[in-house]
Amino acid sequence: MILGQLFFFVFAGVMIASAVMVVGSRNPVHSVLFLILAFFNAAGLFLLLGAEFLAMILVVVYVGAVAVLFLFVVMMLDMDFAELRQGAQEYLPVGALVGLIILVELLVVIGGWTLDPQVVQTSAAPVAEGVSNTTALGQILFTRYIFFFQIAGLVLLVAMIGAIVLTLRHKENVKRQSIAAQVARDPKTAVEVRKVETGKGI
Amino acid sequence: MPEVISDYLPIAIFIAVAGVIGLALMVAPFIIAVQHPDTEKLSAYECGFDAFDDARMKFDVRFYLVAILFIIFDLEVAFLFPWAAAFGELGWFGFWSMMVFLGVLTIGFAYEWKKGALEWD
Repeated sequence: MILGQLFFFVFAGVMIASAVMVVGSRNPVHSVLFLILAFFNAAGLFLLLGAEFLAMILVVVYVGAVAVLFLFVVMMLDMDFAELRQGAQEYLPVGALVGLIILVELLVVIGGWTLDPQVVQTSAAPVAEGVSNTTALGQILFTRYIFFFQIAGLVLLVAMIGAIVLTLRHKENVKRQSIAAQVARDPKTAVEVRKVETGKGI
Repeated sequence: MPEVISDYLPIAIFIAVAGVIGLALMVAPFIIAVQHPDTEKLSAYECGFDAFDDARMKFDVRFYLVAILFIIFDLEVAFLFPWAAAFGELGWFGFWSMMVFLGVLTIGFAYEWKKGALEWD
């Protein structure tokens, strides 16, 4: 199908270009914006693969939340980027090592697929005909893979508690609203009538 | 998956039309509008002074906390979508599986509320 190929090349090309710009752009805020563009194009590629749920989750979670978090981090660190760029040479060996490992893994995946195109099907759960992507996920995620599902819940709980423990500092001496105390007030406790004698204070 | 593409073709056309309109509105002023460029128009102006320092400053870490709590509940809702789509075939086991998941996150929510992480000060 020519249209599908056209869209594939558009999405893949824009995604690779924006990924290069993430690494190459001078301003880290621009890097994050290019990362958002890369996420959108990855969502497009997922759509072409028929993984609609993943595509929508990529847009909702990564573009809607994770990219915003990245922006916060970039804004919050307030670092001197010229100085940071000076030290980038030191990290070059580590970065090269990580890139090499990813390249080898990609080659293993592509090599396995070239040798035997059926190998992908052996590990995947078969999807019944006429079942939408989201429904197919739901049919196995909550029953067959319940262990992973509950572990995901616990990971989210740990992340929530960890974020609160690490960052939450209440300021001292701040008057806060206590709604229960406000509601519990009535004329008996709020108003006091005193007789004041003439010429004397209370 | 050709059928997926034909399903999403209206969205692609919509995005293309939106992009064309947006680009046209951005490019048209360069062509049509009267232009008298001047360096003073681009210089920083802060009530007569030069700008004191960089506009970028440190954010309160509280924004970050709000954002990360939002992500966590966003993911929780993301898990609810396939559950709701396949709800008819899941049976009681699938139902209670999700209830336990929601219960675990509700513990976190109660902790967050009790610690006052949702209040600003």
